[in-house]
Amino acid sequence: MTFRVAAKLAGRELRGGLAGFRILLGCIILGVAAIAAVGTIRASIDAGLSDKGAELLGGDAEVGLTYRFATEAERAWMAGAAPQMSEIVDFRSLAVAGEDRALTQVKAVDGAYPLLGEVGLDPPMPLAEALDGRGRLPGAVMAPALIARLALEFGDSIRLGTQDFTLMAALVDEPDGAAAGFALGPRTLVRTSALQSSGLLREGTLFSTRYRLDLPEGADLGALEAEAQSALGTSGIEWRDARAGAPGISEFVNRLGAFLVLVGLSGLAVGGVGISSAVRAYLAEKTATIATLRTLGADRGTVMTTYFLQIGALGGLGLTLGILLGAGVPVALSPLIEARLPVPAQFAFYARPMLEAAIYGALAVLIFTLAPLSRIEDIRPASLFRDGGTGVRRLPRWPMLAIITGLTALLLATAAAFSGNIRLTLWTAGGILGALTLLWLAAWGVQALARLARPLSRGRPALGWALAAIGGPQSTAAPTMLALGLGLTVLAAVGQIDGTLRGAITGNLPDRAPSFFFVDLQADQMDGFRALTEGDPGVSRVDSAPMLRGVIAAINGRDPAKVAGDHWVVSGDRGVSYAALPDGTLTSGEWWPEDYDGPPQISFAEEEALEMGIGIGDEITVNILGRDITAPITSLRDVDFSTGGIGFIIVMNPGALEGAPHSVIATVYADDGAEARLLREVSQTYPNVTGIPVKDAIDRVAELLKGLAAATSWGASATLLTGFLVLIGAAVADQNARIFEAAVLKTLGASRARILTSLALRAILLGSSAGAVALGAGALGGWAVSHYVLEVEYSILWPSALIIIASGVMVTLLTALVFALRPLNARPAQVLRARE
Amino acid sequence: MTSPIVSLENASLTLRSGTGDVEILSQISLDVSDGETLALVGPSGSGKSSLLMLMGGLERATSGRVTTLGQDLDALSEDALARLRRGHMGVVFQSFHLIPTLTALENVAVPLELAGAKDASRRAQAQLEAVGLAHRAGHYPSQMSGGEQQRTALARATAPRPRLILADEPTGNLDSASGGAIMDLLFDLRAQHGATLIMVTHDPDLAARCDRTVSLSDGRIA
Repeated sequence: MTFRVAAKLAGRELRGGLAGFRILLGCIILGVAAIAAVGTIRASIDAGLSDKGAELLGGDAEVGLTYRFATEAERAWMAGAAPQMSEIVDFRSLAVAGEDRALTQVKAVDGAYPLLGEVGLDPPMPLAEALDGRGRLPGAVMAPALIARLALEFGDSIRLGTQDFTLMAALVDEPDGAAAGFALGPRTLVRTSALQSSGLLREGTLFSTRYRLDLPEGADLGALEAEAQSALGTSGIEWRDARAGAPGISEFVNRLGAFLVLVGLSGLAVGGVGISSAVRAYLAEKTATIATLRTLGADRGTVMTTYFLQIGALGGLGLTLGILLGAGVPVALSPLIEARLPVPAQFAFYARPMLEAAIYGALAVLIFTLAPLSRIEDIRPASLFRDGGTGVRRLPRWPMLAIITGLTALLLATAAAFSGNIRLTLWTAGGILGALTLLWLAAWGVQALARLARPLSRGRPALGWALAAIGGPQSTAAPTMLALGLGLTVLAAVGQIDGTLRGAITGNLPDRAPSFFFVDLQADQMDGFRALTEGDPGVSRVDSAPMLRGVIAAINGRDPAKVAGDHWVVSGDRGVSYAALPDGTLTSGEWWPEDYDGPPQISFAEEEALEMGIGIGDEITVNILGRDITAPITSLRDVDFSTGGIGFIIVMNPGALEGAPHSVIATVYADDGAEARLLREVSQTYPNVTGIPVKDAIDRVAELLKGLAAATSWGASATLLTGFLVLIGAAVADQNARIFEAAVLKTLGASRARILTSLALRAILLGSSAGAVALGAGALGGWAVSHYVLEVEYSILWPSALIIIASGVMVTLLTALVFALRPLNARPAQVLRARE
Repeated sequence: MTSPIVSLENASLTLRSGTGDVEILSQISLDVSDGETLALVGPSGSGKSSLLMLMGGLERATSGRVTTLGQDLDALSEDALARLRRGHMGVVFQSFHLIPTLTALENVAVPLELAGAKDASRRAQAQLEAVGLAHRAGHYPSQMSGGEQQRTALARATAPRPRLILADEPTGNLDSASGGAIMDLLFDLRAQHGATLIMVTHDPDLAARCDRTVSLSDGRIA
């Protein structure tokens, strides 16, 4: 009975329309839409990657090998498993066009490539025709960026190693390109057979081979993988199949997506502040109605249910609209988004992200509306006869507090479950809660300061009124600073972290880092190479070390993943070297004697060993060129990767590796003016050697970071937009008070300019305070992430910091000026008489 | 006879509403002498408060002429009207209309500060003492009773020693004891500086304390 009456009453109250609920709905819609949009894009990319798994991979399955070709036995196994097979060779090289050189990632293919999908060329032509070349020179196709970089025309000649090619076309679509991951140079595609005389694929040079398998329909990929591991597993193969065509991208997208959803939660938290204020304002308007209902005999349950149903209905409407908007916009804009994405995506409405957004939204609405709704309990019939506001407790009763705390815990657990990363969730939640607490304390502090500063405003009435409005009752300091502060905090933190990281990479690093890495140097070329480089007056230092690639196959006989988890050292292949003498970085253990000729020993990088939970005495099995070498760790070294110089996780005694075919890696430190000359001379003298300009590599990494920061900034912008909406909500709620205040001040003789000055001053004071607190919190977050996660030196970046404070001031000032129009234009008599 | 401090010549006020124009005041002509106390009486809706607002420049006459303190109000901009009120005119409302974000002392100081008084705070404190509210100086309006709020409003209206006090049913929201005390205070404060007092009231006893009574009915002087 109570529920029916309450539902009837709720329905009648909502008949008035939604005009009074725009801010409440806006906050819910924006918060939920941002999360639904991120989730939908993530799900669309996931679906694209999954659907096009085989095409991305370039086959149903792939067997990868590190700088060697498959043995006859391996080829026989693969031929037995797949009716059709394609061999791809991948390596870095320098593309030379006349006097100009550029780093390129070369893909050498056979006639069967691509097993799946089509290679897109401009001008359009079959790939085979392009790779046949023109006249006696074989053909090559290149990424448009490389063609532009070398200022080439079709038909021009380019050289890789000692082999010349004719540029036939631009490579505009590489079906298996996305799965290749991060590359330092743009792509060049040639035929493997054309490289036979290039000197680039000799034993020990750095290349990888991929054998793409076109399997019979319905082949059991899981069973085949197990078979491959047992047949070929000991030779260091890397197995991938269409179940996860681009596992790296998929993981990256999922991690970035999870992080952006968590950033989206900060938007929902800001929206929650607005939702809470809107509900509080609505209920304040309804005090007389509620008191009347109580006078007429409605019990507390009926009244609570009446308003809970109203807010519930509005929340449901907001959730639905937010989900439709968030999921609909990416679908509607799919052609635009797809054109900018480097990976395939299938845009559609996906249930999971919509459900995720709905759960977050519903929990946030409940958490932020229960506290104001619970105050209904305190409204008594006597409220009709005296002013409201007295005797109402600031905090809800404890059962309600317990429910709110429980719902918050549920929200966190849901976020952890959806993101799959408890630590990241807790850090983000802690960050949001910390920032909210800091902002609330700051708002309290600003109010106290405003009261203290009041005597200083003597003789400056506009400033005095501004300080009184900030420090006095009905102050909007808290909602303004909470609304604006959290979005600005996230933006400030992103700006500080991005700037610090990019500064570390592009600022100091180039000064300390070498000018070039030269790879694929052969041992017999080293004397000449040293003479050439060290003889150059612009060169200050040349370092070199033998270089092999190996995969850690076991730690103490166990699967490395079980010992070291997903540590980067055990995922993929790593550089391995050997040395007779220590280089002065030994921190513990003992180095082998210079003439040591016993069983293999390993010297391991200390920091990585600690992170992996291994140390001296542990046995590492490294697979190099298909051969397992097992050796104990006998010493640890301090390897500093931050200098950009040569650094190896694993160094062995010479006897363990000398016999294996290998090349030498060298770093050359040279003056800026000598760099171009040096690259030209080395590549002319040693065409098989690839020089990697470190500055180019740094630029590529910085570019990637820029993209990541941009994505995070977009997430933070949603938070800021919600904050702006909350700010408008606070301004709307405050509008009548400002109109009344302006009317009284005009009556007392204040000019409009003076009133406007006062309104602007309070906006500037609150905006700059919100900006300053956001900067402080952002800088704290920036320092924590830089210091503990990125391990780079942090110093505050003032340009980004000042932009944040200026944004705070601008946003509040603009809002205040727009909302000043009505108070300034209102006739005092009409305003004041309406209150009589 | 001294020149009138307030003078209305055929002043009319028509307000627009959704259902058409409503004539609030019609062809009012009235002079109020400097130092005079005048009661405006009449039934609810007769236009008393509107007439008071016209005199203070808080409302503009639709036609006719209103001259206050020697200024033709129609010729003045909103800001010029505000400057005219500043320091020369005190207004007391039935609902007090204190600024909720300011303390009692700050409320009283506002007109003094606007007038550029260097000792605004000291004078405001003195005026609060004069109305018996020195102990409430640091309180916000929401922390005071209705009588205290109206006494604060009186202090605010009289602190700059205005030549003209306009009071719109100043005791309408108060009980009779508080109302009586407020009126004694208002007449005392007026008498101290010889200000002109124009007061809207429903109370015949209060009207009787004034030098003259003007009665309104349906927007016209009866």
